[in-house]
Amino acid sequence: MTHSTTLNPSTDATADTGRARYASLLGLLGLVLLASMGLSLGLGSFPTAFGEILRAMAAPQDSDIAFIVWELRLPRLLLAVLVGAALAVAGAILQGMVRNPLASPDVIGITSGAALAAVTFLALAGTTLSIHWLPAAALAGALLAALLVFLLAWKGSVAPSRLVLVGIGLSAAMGALTTLLIVISDDAAAMTAYVWLTGSLYAAQWQDVLGMLPWLLVATPLCLAQARHMDAMALGDAVAQGLGVNLLRSRLVLMACSVALAGAAVAFAGGLSFVGLIAPHIASRLVGRGFARLVPAAALVGALIVLYADLLGRVAFLPKDLPAGIFVSGVGAPFFVYLLHRTRYRSG
Amino acid sequence: MTSMPATPPRLTGEALRAGYESRPVLDGVDLAVAEGKLTVLLGPNGSGKSTLLKTLARTLTPSSGRVCLDGQDIHRHKTREVAQQLGILPQGPDAPEGLTVRQLVGMGRFPHQRLWRQDAEQDARAIRQAMVYADVTDFAERSVDALSGGQRQRCWIAMVLAQETDLILLDEPTTFLDLKVQVDLLELLSRLAHEHGRTLLLVLHDLNLAAAYADELVMMRDGRIVANGPPEQVFTAHHLKRVFDLDAQVLEDPETGSPICVPYTRQGARARTRPTSPTVDRRAVS
Repeated sequence: MTHSTTLNPSTDATADTGRARYASLLGLLGLVLLASMGLSLGLGSFPTAFGEILRAMAAPQDSDIAFIVWELRLPRLLLAVLVGAALAVAGAILQGMVRNPLASPDVIGITSGAALAAVTFLALAGTTLSIHWLPAAALAGALLAALLVFLLAWKGSVAPSRLVLVGIGLSAAMGALTTLLIVISDDAAAMTAYVWLTGSLYAAQWQDVLGMLPWLLVATPLCLAQARHMDAMALGDAVAQGLGVNLLRSRLVLMACSVALAGAAVAFAGGLSFVGLIAPHIASRLVGRGFARLVPAAALVGALIVLYADLLGRVAFLPKDLPAGIFVSGVGAPFFVYLLHRTRYRSG
Repeated sequence: MTSMPATPPRLTGEALRAGYESRPVLDGVDLAVAEGKLTVLLGPNGSGKSTLLKTLARTLTPSSGRVCLDGQDIHRHKTREVAQQLGILPQGPDAPEGLTVRQLVGMGRFPHQRLWRQDAEQDARAIRQAMVYADVTDFAERSVDALSGGQRQRCWIAMVLAQETDLILLDEPTTFLDLKVQVDLLELLSRLAHEHGRTLLLVLHDLNLAAAYADELVMMRDGRIVANGPPEQVFTAHHLKRVFDLDAQVLEDPETGSPICVPYTRQGARARTRPTSPTVDRRAVS
């Protein structure tokens, strides 16, 4: 360290221990995730021994369970990881932008837009078009809804609070339309729509994984490049502007990242967006302040949540395969109530 | 000193009209912020002093007229480039939960940093100097929201100082603080102008503190500047009546020579004519 003479050595040490602690925490979360992925790979309706899994991984052509491992479990758990990470990062962005811990990708209409598009697709085109087009339809719905919310909230600038209010209003309207469509469509389409709305990774395929991956690879570095802007915006608009943050540009970039991540995740896995509310919270408890630190930790936590929610859904109620969304909400809802309670306690 | 040619002002407002939504506040204001001096904006609530400060700080865009930094419209500069010249402390800033003093002060380096280019040594030096100057080094690792009001305000000032700008605008930096804390803060700010050549513009509420610390006093009412000049010339009974509708006597501080206002009171004068010693005696007995 070349500048150690100019710095108070004790503060340098504090910064270093902070960094070391963060790095080890991130490493630990990564290891837990890897171990959990291993666990998820080994568990399922068809009993598989650990050795067999390894053999199937290493030499699929010699294994009887290669299909189960490679085509059923692996893409599904990878999609769970990607979707969880994407929703968590999307939530971290929104919570930071709105400066409100209760924000999530839901509040700017992403989920309800995707849901409306998906249900419309199932009701109108479900019989004529392949189900493989469902993610594309849902993604288009999510992006359109976010754009609409943005345009309606626009008043020469984007005030995050207005964005949220417009988003909640529009979500309610789209929710009503979604319900209407489910009620009037036939039973099979309604059932598919309902499972999709709950959020499920059932029958995930490699093409879903490959469809999801680019969104994360593009949006995550893009939002990390705005990390210092985000930290400045946490001090309030006037201070951030005084520090030289171009509020409009930063917000547009960050919102685009959030919409892309959440939209893609919802498109491939349905209504799991509660992850976007709770994962950033858990992560910020672990790593403290700073958006650049929060994003990787939130991504890992989000991945773990969806991975375990899906694992539970797959194996806890055999032979039923329950949607992961049930478990995400099962844990998420009590946590949400706890957050509300805690916020009220603090401000009161 | 007075015979020396004054440095041309870097920050000026010309024929400014500005306000919120449809409510206009500023009604054609011209102001050149004097270089290397401490200028105070003074006026009753709703007079437009905060609006003027925000407009000069580019937080608000004027509906007509323009704000110039170094002769060029401030909105034509890149906001980051402005931030290297001009620091702002808005009214009642709010630090997020858990942010440490050092982290907050470090945010002041934002306009000097790029994603791919950060001068760690320069940043560390600026942060350290700002913390020493604002006297916040002792609680550098504590979180800002756990400090007292005066300490917290010193941290925010340290953040603006770490920005290393020649121009510093502060909106009511002393409001809600104890008198002693207000005096300490104003001492600190006037040293910045007088010993370090920084240009300061602040909104204050306290008339006597404004008169004591301002080099230039700008008195506003109804979105217009009523009087503008050194306190000895501007801080008069006539102006206090016109700007604040306040009946007051203006005296001279025997120590510093700066003007002091003493409002005429009727209730207070009556109370003073009564003997006060029995009150003390009664309390001593009971």
